[in-house]
Amino acid sequence: MTNPSETQKAGGGLLAGMSPWALAGHALPWAIAIGFFFIAEGYLSFGTQIIIWILFALSLDLALGYAGIVTLGQAAFFGFGAYAAGWFSIHVSPDPILGHLFAIGLTAIVGLISGALILHTTGVTFLMLTLATVLIMFEYANQAKEITGGDDGLQGMKVGPIFGKYEFNLFGHTAYVYSLIVLFIWFVIMWRVVKSPFGRSLDGIRQNARRMRAIGTPVWWRLLAVYTLSAAMAGSAGALSAHATRFVGLSVLSLLTSGIVTVMLILGGTRRLYGAFVGAIVYFVVQDYTAKISPYFWEFIVGGMLIATVLFLEGGLMDLGGIARRQWERLTGKASKP
Amino acid sequence: MSSPVLSVRGLSKSFGALVVAQNIELDLMAGARVGLIGPNGAGKTTFVNLLTGFLRPDAGTIQLDGIAIEGMRPEDRVHRGLARTHQINTLLVEESARDNVAITIAEREKFAWRAIRYSPQWQQCLDEAQARLDEIGIGDVGDRQVRHLPYGKQRLLEIAIALALKPRVLLLDEPAAGVPSSETHVFHKVLDRLPAEIAILIIEHDMDVIFRFAKEIVVLVQGRVLTRGEPAQIAVDPQVRAVYLGRTVV
Ligand SMILES: Nc1ncnc2c1ncn2[C@@H]1O[C@H](COP(=O)(O)OP(=O)(O)O)[C@@H](O)[C@H]1O
Ligand SMILES: [Mg+2]
Repeated sequence: MTNPSETQKAGGGLLAGMSPWALAGHALPWAIAIGFFFIAEGYLSFGTQIIIWILFALSLDLALGYAGIVTLGQAAFFGFGAYAAGWFSIHVSPDPILGHLFAIGLTAIVGLISGALILHTTGVTFLMLTLATVLIMFEYANQAKEITGGDDGLQGMKVGPIFGKYEFNLFGHTAYVYSLIVLFIWFVIMWRVVKSPFGRSLDGIRQNARRMRAIGTPVWWRLLAVYTLSAAMAGSAGALSAHATRFVGLSVLSLLTSGIVTVMLILGGTRRLYGAFVGAIVYFVVQDYTAKISPYFWEFIVGGMLIATVLFLEGGLMDLGGIARRQWERLTGKASKP
Repeated sequence: MSSPVLSVRGLSKSFGALVVAQNIELDLMAGARVGLIGPNGAGKTTFVNLLTGFLRPDAGTIQLDGIAIEGMRPEDRVHRGLARTHQINTLLVEESARDNVAITIAEREKFAWRAIRYSPQWQQCLDEAQARLDEIGIGDVGDRQVRHLPYGKQRLLEIAIALALKPRVLLLDEPAAGVPSSETHVFHKVLDRLPAEIAILIIEHDMDVIFRFAKEIVVLVQGRVLTRGEPAQIAVDPQVRAVYLGRTVV
């Protein structure tokens, strides 16, 4: 018999009982992100954009990856958060943190209401309703020119210094660090949540909702809760985007935005936490490099990578790490750990 | 005399023209051991689905401890003490056997809304889950992903999950269905050891099991209760032999 209290001690804290290799694995992405700040000065707004999309993709991972909510409506929340933060900065206060919290709260409410309206459906019906959510929001933003600026976008955002101290400067130092901190906070929350009993029940719902009802799970409420949290995260990413660029355009609410974030997540790998990181980075780097060759070429490359990933790597590019490790262990003759 | 834990009156259900439950009546006392038998398609699984709320009856009432539950959602019935197993394995196949049970215990204990502070509670769930797997004889495969478990152990896991809910009424839908006869003795032992106070309704095709385990047998044919009685009575009932036992031979 195995001893559960030995194998399952990880419950103690997020890092408790972790092997040095796993710890290093967790430290690496953050070390890279911090290192980037010091060595890639000219690329900080590029880096900020990647961080924002990582957060956006993480929000999708929570709903799509963990809870199995097949949605293409995530842009609705990203866009709503961006407009909310932009509107707040113009009409209420230029304080970015207040605006950010405002955007998160309001987007969570939008997630709660729209989720309550559509989460009783499943499958294609649900998918269509999420698409409709984006389309309605887009058209509303297009029409409501006094609030959103219509297709000119939201002009005249005023973004004050963070804590009254750190100005959003031209080189994007502040935006980068601020976005990275926000991402880190969300990442820790999400990590904690997906390993929690609540998160485990989402795993259960994804695998077999009927089983979960048979053990007393209020499936609809759980899905509504995670949909709301996912919306809040996406709204947070949208708010970061608004503050970092001091502009919100209609494209944040387009179906393409939903599509891109889905591609990133699938590319990197769902339910891997870092899949969103890998996916967003690969997407942007490939785009940046190949777009110089031809504006169409990069879409071709990304499309090809997506096909290869879904056909051969069940867990996205993140699977490559595991495959490489197994190969390494085979070559060095080390048996993989039990 | 005490009142029944589960009480069913006039339960009816049709799928279009097909009548699958017709005016079914049933009382289960605490500690009851009732066998439900009948030919394939008689409506036995449908009856379990009606009791547990996965199907809505067209008519009739279901009371659990005197409280009408026929309008409740399945999950609310579970929290009131009604558990079931499935004729076709309904498991979380990507999870380990232990996590299947731990997730169940988290629901039972209402820990399952916990998202940030949970470590001691979750550890409790895991420990109890392992104990329950040990009890039913599959503790050695607690770590294995369910999809890689042998079929017979998956069937036992179905039962372990239902028991982890600490039910007062347990509905077993062909617990040993599909298990090779060389393994059925394991199920006999599990059935014998079920907590005495639980009221149990068991659907089972193996007549040896039914006659050993059940104190009362209900015979269902085309959604109707054909007859009911003690096993000895049922075994010699000519009607039953004609429609059902004729081919099994007692
Ligand atoms: N959801 C459903 N819709 C339509 N017909 C159904 C449904 N579920 C079961 N049936 C039919 O009801 C009858 C009884 O099925 P079931 O309760 O599974 O029988 P048993 O468990 O006694 O073998 C069968 O003829 C089956 O085909
Ligand atoms: Mg059946």
